[in-house]
Amino acid sequence: MTTYRREIILFALLAILYGAVFTLFGAAYGLRMSVEALCYALVALGLTIQWGYAGLFNAGVMGFVAIGAFMTVLVSFPPNMAFWNSDMPARLGTVALYAIAGAALTWGATRLNRLGVPSRLRTLIAVMTGAAAWLVVSAALDPVARDIERQAGFIGGFGLPVLLGWVAGGAAAGAVAWFVGRICLGLRSDYLAIATLGIAEIVKALLKNADWLTKGTLTVSPLPWPVPTPEQVGFIWGRALYLALMATLVVVAWALLERAWRAPWGRMMRAIRDNETAAAAMGKNVNRRRLEIFVLGSVLMGAGGAALITFTRIFDPAGFLPLNHTFLIWVMIILGGAGSNLGAVFGALFVYVVWVMSEPAALLLFDAVREAGQAWFGWQAPADLDSRALQARVFVIGLTITLVLRYAPAGLIPEKATMQAPRPSAREKN
Amino acid sequence: MNEIVFFINKVLVAGLVTGSIYAMGAVGVTLVFAILRFAHFAHGDLMTLGAFIAFALTAAFPHAGAIFGLPTAFVMLPAAMALTALLAIWIDGRFYRPLRERGAKPVVLVMASVGVTLMIQGLLRLFAGTGTRSMFIAERKDIFRIELPFELARRKIVITEPQILVILFAVVAAISLHWFLTRTRTGKAMRAMSDNPDLARLSGIDTQQVVRTTWIIAGSLAAAAGTLLSLDVALKPDMSFNILLPIFAAAIVGGVGQPYGAIAGGFLVGFAEVLSVFNWAILLRPFRPLLDGVVELPTHLAFVPTEYKLTVPFVILVAVLVWRPTGIFRGKVI
Repeated sequence: MTTYRREIILFALLAILYGAVFTLFGAAYGLRMSVEALCYALVALGLTIQWGYAGLFNAGVMGFVAIGAFMTVLVSFPPNMAFWNSDMPARLGTVALYAIAGAALTWGATRLNRLGVPSRLRTLIAVMTGAAAWLVVSAALDPVARDIERQAGFIGGFGLPVLLGWVAGGAAAGAVAWFVGRICLGLRSDYLAIATLGIAEIVKALLKNADWLTKGTLTVSPLPWPVPTPEQVGFIWGRALYLALMATLVVVAWALLERAWRAPWGRMMRAIRDNETAAAAMGKNVNRRRLEIFVLGSVLMGAGGAALITFTRIFDPAGFLPLNHTFLIWVMIILGGAGSNLGAVFGALFVYVVWVMSEPAALLLFDAVREAGQAWFGWQAPADLDSRALQARVFVIGLTITLVLRYAPAGLIPEKATMQAPRPSAREKN
Repeated sequence: MNEIVFFINKVLVAGLVTGSIYAMGAVGVTLVFAILRFAHFAHGDLMTLGAFIAFALTAAFPHAGAIFGLPTAFVMLPAAMALTALLAIWIDGRFYRPLRERGAKPVVLVMASVGVTLMIQGLLRLFAGTGTRSMFIAERKDIFRIELPFELARRKIVITEPQILVILFAVVAAISLHWFLTRTRTGKAMRAMSDNPDLARLSGIDTQQVVRTTWIIAGSLAAAAGTLLSLDVALKPDMSFNILLPIFAAAIVGGVGQPYGAIAGGFLVGFAEVLSVFNWAILLRPFRPLLDGVVELPTHLAFVPTEYKLTVPFVILVAVLVWRPTGIFRGKVI
């Protein structure tokens, strides 16, 4: 029988912390922080199953968050009539047809060996067809994109319900994860980290520069909400409704994961993580299972990212930072306890408050340093001291990661050894 | 002819410079991969750190370069390399060795190196701010314009002093690395440990010594690459994640654990980047009168817009992982 004393104490402390935020900064601010923390919790649940259940290092959480956010803009933002009433949708459709034709030709070229073409020649032909198709499509897209930017700004969204946008966000993130996972899983574990790091930066570059699609750095706002917006019902009510929605989503996701974890599926995942060779010998398809969990985790990340950006009401591709949207989430889950869903939720709620509060705290601290430096040593502080103070938090994040890995690899709420399987007690848990 | 000179300026020189930088970074990454068996994510920031050390030394002695007739930062390079190497050994002892001794999985070490990269970033920005700086404090960047002895070429080949230094330094570094790995005892021990760590330990090789040497080589090459890159362009505190992907791609293309492969991979990735953002329409310009009225030539014809340069190393990485995960030089996969 496992006891939950540790969890109860930690969550009670968390409740006190949130109570303090609510009383000190007012309900509107407290609600905003709680909603954002819950969005992070959804992303953290996605990451904890990748890392804790399967030991997959996803260094590009930001990319999946950004994909989810972009998809929700595309699906749920009101349609841009200046675009739809022009001839541009038709021209864009033509480009899409070019792209499909190019892809089909390239795919056909890769099959030429069936017709008796030597395979080396086939590869050459396929690569050349692909390059030519790429050049033609990008040359065709350029003028259309330029016209859209000049005349309509961007293509706008489809005006569909927001929750559908979140689902689409999760699905798109999952699709990208499937592509990355297919290539990298089964090779050495570091390759996945490298590839996800790359895909995150590429997604960001794409969203930032494809102005015709995303409005780029001009940002899209205000994003529609799945619940009544603050303009309709006031700040407190709007945010409270959003909070209720997010709390439901997190609890549902948590309950489903917890159930899966106790089911045969979860047992199989633990077996694969703890002893890959033995699991493979038992006939488990290790790479396939890993791909499954990688996609599942990324779906949660995409949906969480969509929820987060919807709440902030502004889609700003330049606002996606590896620090806020990848490494902060890493701190959340390793501090909370890898492989423990409750730990991930606790870590997200706790670390987010600390993170938000650390901003004024860092500014205050550096102000004190500046005063003291001037008074005692006549030190002339650099003009950008405030931005430097915020950068100092990067150091703290890094220090937390290394310290937790070294001294408390199991986290604050460690994964519980569950029922049936008697497990070796000295197992290294990371 | 002018078009060819333009091609040399934009592709040959730029490709050699970028390739040299990537090669120096990739050698360090591949050695850490081979000896310590994890992807060292802090390598980009090790480069930035080395560049900042060189910058600090340059700021302390701004006129030292004039004695040798070289940029001061280049004269300070040996000192910066030594300091960065020491720091790399210290970082290993503080953050990686305890995990290694606990028997943690490689992926945990990867994460620790991410923690280290964030710490270095935070400290650099705290003490040096976020702005861009020039490595030339008390002197100017020399630019050479070489005239070609042809009537047709009115353009000149343009190459700057830092660019020449990068290429020369990379050649010297590659030759000394080759000499070290094949002729010295420690170098041979390193190769043995990379091939089979257990056997190496059994044969009495001092593994701690090998690990230290690895960090010395990786740290000093990273410092050199970082300093030379900032001499060529400018000193920026935020280059780490952008340079990490090409360096990893280079190391994997060359075959993990293969220093010569990493050098080849570095130049391959460097040239691929330069060639894919190059505007090919310029080379077609001389044919314009011939094709007039037949085909309309576009004014801009590049494979990848400059903003998406980062996709090039990624595509190379994906292609290698799909078709030849061991890399060109048959590296280790485990």
